[in-house]
Amino acid sequence: MAVKNYLSVLILIAVVVSIQLATKATDTSYYLTQLTMTGYYSLVIIGLCLVMGYAGQLSLGHAGFFAIGGYTSAVLTTYNLTTLLEQGNGLVRFLSDKGLLISTLDLYGEAVLYINPWPAAIIAVILTASIAFMIGIPVLKLKGHYLAMATLGFGIIIFRIALATEILGEADGISEIPGFTLFPGICVNGDFGNRVMNYYIAWVLVLIGVILLLNLIHSRVGRALRAIHGAEDAANAIGVNTAHYKLYTFVISAVFAAVAGIFLTHYNGGIGPSEAGIMKSVRYVAIVAIGGMASMWGALTMGVLLNFMSLRGMFGSYDDAVFGAIMIIIMLFAPNGLLNLSVWQKISKSAGKEKG
Amino acid sequence: MTAELFTQYLFAGITYGIIYAIVAIGFNIIYNTTGIINFAQGEFVMLGGMISISLNPLMPLPLAIGCAVLLTTLIGALIEMIFIRWLVHPSVLRMIIITIGISILLREVALHIWGEGVRSLPYFYGNEISSIDILGAHVSPQVLWVVGICSIIVILLSLFFKFTPLGQEMRACSSNRLAATLCGINAKNMVTLSFMLSAGIGALAGCVVSPITYTQYDCGTGLAIKGFTVAVLGGLGNSMAAVAAGLLLGILEAFSIHIVPLAFQDAISISILLLILFIRPHGLFGSSEAAGLKEF
Repeated sequence: MAVKNYLSVLILIAVVVSIQLATKATDTSYYLTQLTMTGYYSLVIIGLCLVMGYAGQLSLGHAGFFAIGGYTSAVLTTYNLTTLLEQGNGLVRFLSDKGLLISTLDLYGEAVLYINPWPAAIIAVILTASIAFMIGIPVLKLKGHYLAMATLGFGIIIFRIALATEILGEADGISEIPGFTLFPGICVNGDFGNRVMNYYIAWVLVLIGVILLLNLIHSRVGRALRAIHGAEDAANAIGVNTAHYKLYTFVISAVFAAVAGIFLTHYNGGIGPSEAGIMKSVRYVAIVAIGGMASMWGALTMGVLLNFMSLRGMFGSYDDAVFGAIMIIIMLFAPNGLLNLSVWQKISKSAGKEKG
Repeated sequence: MTAELFTQYLFAGITYGIIYAIVAIGFNIIYNTTGIINFAQGEFVMLGGMISISLNPLMPLPLAIGCAVLLTTLIGALIEMIFIRWLVHPSVLRMIIITIGISILLREVALHIWGEGVRSLPYFYGNEISSIDILGAHVSPQVLWVVGICSIIVILLSLFFKFTPLGQEMRACSSNRLAATLCGINAKNMVTLSFMLSAGIGALAGCVVSPITYTQYDCGTGLAIKGFTVAVLGGLGNSMAAVAAGLLLGILEAFSIHIVPLAFQDAISISILLLILFIRPHGLFGSSEAAGLKEF
């Protein structure tokens, strides 16, 4: 990783810390709740940025991966295994013996036995990665409209399954999901007192994601991806295994979405089918587009800004309309992203040296 | 399955299928002249239904439908002029995002004008309970209206493209835009016209089907994805094959109710879309040799 990128990461750390200090100083720490959620959504967005911006593949199904991660984790950590254990179910006994189950008492004093969030999260990630892998092999052979519709179709199927499956809570979703104790003392949950800690958990996760992606982008893989984006046939001709790289990035970005889904689900204590909705996927795509496709920092900045404003309810009932309008305006007037509209480009455009 | 039930499902399938076919033809008309897939296609159907429902108390039903079709056609023209006409060689990704944006805006406008409620036009003939016996099945007269009007749309469109100068000019643009321009055809106007045409037929389909399926602000997305399925099933750009593919999908969907729960009905047709995209992206009726030269 080049020095410049280290610098960017340091700036990101500084911004994250100073925002927290600022909310503390101005006594507006209630903003941290939305900032935490924004952090998790940003994780999805930088993952999608890898697929869209660097590999040049559109995915209108990323909310689907987010939901697979979130729902899997939610089901596993809320499904009461007590009766299964009493019936002598082999698998449950095995899990119990390995210490992978947590048993507590519910409000009424009944024994509740559920899977520890750690193994649940690992299962959720593996499940998402395998689904992304299986879907990715055929889907990524497609281009343009076909790719868009295929990923959109995948997203709708996941949404329908979430909406119509009893164990996934149908239209109500799943609630009362326990917190996720990452390490003793560090817990992802929506408790009032844990607000600052959760803010940092979310943003440390984003930071890890950013560093991973920066390393990936500035490696052999990243160069291969840019070659694919520029001219897939040419990349193929010089021996880049394009299908392999596209699939690889697709799975990585699906895992990013799944991790975000798992953490946000534990943070909110619930997940509903709207998380799998088409508008969510479209929104992620919109933000990456606004940020400038192949600009992770642009996508991150725009993602934080727009998600935070949306979560604070600043757009009111025009929430989706605002995203739709922004999408159109950016694509009409600044197809390379808002942050790429630098003065330099305008000058060179007017000089006629470069076609926008 | 009894013979009556079979016919019942068959008619339900044909009703939905022909609507999918109309949406698919709308996709094809725009795709042929511009190479764009208009993701807002389903919204035209919704707008047609909604506008006619609002106008219906003010005027007789045929006039309300006529006005709704006219207004939607104008909206189609406006969309093309404002968002698409002046773009120079836009990339596919850019057009996808713009048309998705347009579909969101149309949906949100509809939500703010008409609310979340489900609305419908009155039955053109009879009412909810009137039915006609066909081969032992009870078929609503509205089904005949839907099938009849949609068939007329399809026939008129194919005549239009074959025999009228305007239709021939549009076909010229779709086969070779540069050559068409050199022959003195205003290709840009043809694009506007294709948007108007597909908005118009979408709106008309939205009106005739409204009494049966009802109209809601967000009914366009589902129609768009099924219309696209049908368009791909028939081979993108091939309108006649789209009719056959539409009927096929509609009937498959209707019979699938017999096996899987209603909630998964959408999942069935989308799975068909994915399957077709993976196995035969050039469609059931397209030639695989020609497909070798195309990119999917």
